Amino acid sequence: MDMKVIEVANLRKRYGDHVAVDDVSFAVAEGEIFGVLGPNGAGKTTTVECVAGLRTPSGGTIRVGGHDPVGDRAAVRRILGVQLQSAALPDKIKVWEALDLFASFYPDPADWRALLDTVGLSAKRNTPFAKLSGGQRQRLSVALALVGRPRVAVLDELTTGLDPQARRDTWDLVERVRADGVTIVLVTHFMEEAERLCDRVALISSGRVVALDTPDALIGGAGAAQRVRFRPSAPVEEALLLAVPGVTGVVRNGEQVTVTGSGDLAPAVTLALAERRIVPAGLHIERATLEDVFLSLTGRSLT
Amino acid sequence: MSKILLVEARLHLRDGASLLFTIALPLMLLVFLGRAAGPAFPALMVMLSVLTLSFTVLPTVLATYRHQGVLRRMSTTPVSPLRVLAVQLLINLVVAVVSTGLLMAFGPGLPRNLPGFLLVFVLGTAALMAMGLVIAALAPNGKAAPTIGSAVMFPLMFVSGMWVPREYLPEVVRVIGDYSVAGPFARALGDTWVGQAPHLPHLLVLAVGLVVSGALAVRVFRWE
Repeated sequence: MDMKVIEVANLRKRYGDHVAVDDVSFAVAEGEIFGVLGPNGAGKTTTVECVAGLRTPSGGTIRVGGHDPVGDRAAVRRILGVQLQSAALPDKIKVWEALDLFASFYPDPADWRALLDTVGLSAKRNTPFAKLSGGQRQRLSVALALVGRPRVAVLDELTTGLDPQARRDTWDLVERVRADGVTIVLVTHFMEEAERLCDRVALISSGRVVALDTPDALIGGAGAAQRVRFRPSAPVEEALLLAVPGVTGVVRNGEQVTVTGSGDLAPAVTLALAERRIVPAGLHIERATLEDVFLSLTGRSLT
Repeated sequence: MSKILLVEARLHLRDGASLLFTIALPLMLLVFLGRAAGPAFPALMVMLSVLTLSFTVLPTVLATYRHQGVLRRMSTTPVSPLRVLAVQLLINLVVAVVSTGLLMAFGPGLPRNLPGFLLVFVLGTAALMAMGLVIAALAPNGKAAPTIGSAVMFPLMFVSGMWVPREYLPEVVRVIGDYSVAGPFARALGDTWVGQAPHLPHLLVLAVGLVVSGALAVRVFRWE
C-alpha cells in the first residue's frame, strides 16, 4: 500500500449549534494531488484548517505524517505548508522580504531565490505585496507554502478570483510542484480544476464525503451519463447499438444518432460500428463532468 | 526573531505618517512652542508621542494583521504569531525612546530627575501600550482601529491637561484625569522633568493601569 501522509477519520467540527463538518474521512497518499471538492460552505476549509492544526476538531482523529495536529503542532507545522484562502501579507512588505522572512521560520528552508523563479516572480522581487496582481499574490502564497520544504502543501481555493490565463499558469505551477515530490491537497469548488489536476477527489457536501475516487472513476461511475453523437455512413439498427455494453439509450434525429450510456462508451460504440464497416461521421463525445457527478449524488449544484 | 524584527522595523520606517506624528510633530511643537509653553512642556511632548503610538500606530498594525490574516498565516508556520506581537511592542517602544531622545537633544536637555523620569516613562508607556493592545483586540479591522484609538486618545489628552492646563479644568474633569492613567503619566513625567520625585499615587495608578489593561489584553486578544 502507498504510504499515507494524511489520515482523517470521522472528523467532526461544530461551532455552537452549527455543524461545519459532520463526518469526513479520507487518506492522502504520498506524492498524489488530492482534491477536496465541494460548494462553498460544504466544510472544505474547516476540514483543512483542522488538518493544519488551526482548529481543534470536535470529534474524530487526524494524523499528518503520524502526528496529531493539535497535540503535536510543532511536528505538523514542519511537514505541512499551508496556503490559506484569506491570508494576506502586510501591504508594504516586498516579495523577497516575505520569502526571506518565512524561510527564516523553518530549520531547513528551500532557497527562496530559486523558488521565486519557479513561481515566476523573479522580476517582482522588489514589488510590495499591495502592488501585486491577484495571480501574482497567489503564486507568492504558493511559494510561501513551499519555502519550508514541506512534504505536503495544502492549497485552499488557489485560483478563485483569477482570470483564465492566471488560472492556467497556477495549474502548471501546481503540477511542477508535484513533480518535485510534494504531496498536494487542493481545496477547490472548480470541478474543472479538480478534473485537470487531481489524482483523487473527495466530493464534500454539507460536511460529509459523498464520494471519493479518481475523477475518471467518479465520472464513469453510477448515474453519470455520457453521450456520443454521430452521423452513420450507412443505416444502423438500434438493436445493434443497444447491444453494446454500457449503452442505455439510442435516439435518432434525422441522420443524427445519439447514444447515451456509461463506462467506455465512445470506444465501444465506434468499435461496434467498425465491425459493420460503418463510419461515425462528425463524432461528438459529451462526457459528464464532476459537476454532473456532484449533481447526481447530492441533487445540488457545485456553484 | 532577528529577521522578524528587521522586517517589521523596515515596514515601520516605510510608514511615513506614523513617523510624522510620533517623532516629527512632537519635536516641531517643542522647537517652535517650547520656550513659551513652560518648563514641563517637553514631558507633554513625550506623552504625545507615547499616546499616538499606543492608541493609533500599534492597534492599527495589529488589527490590520489580524483582519488580513497575516497572524493566521504565521500560525501555519513553526513560528508563533506571538513573536509579531512582541516585535511590534518592541518597535513601538524603540520609537518612543528615539522620539524622547530627540526631544531631549533638541530641547532643553535631560530631565532634572533622570532616574525618576525613566521609571515613569517605562511604567506609563507599558500601561498605555497595554491599553492599545485592548483596542487592537476590539477593533474589527485596521481601518476601525485608529478611529477607536483616537476616540479614546483625545479625551485622555483633554483630561490629562494636554489641551488646557490641568489647573483650568473643572474639578470633576481633574478627578477623572487623575485616575485615567494618561493624567498621572503626564504629571509624573512633568514632575520628574523639572527635578521632583514622582508622586507615589501617580506611580500606583500607572501600575494598576498596566496590570488591569495587560490582563484584559491577554483575555480579549484574538489572532483571527
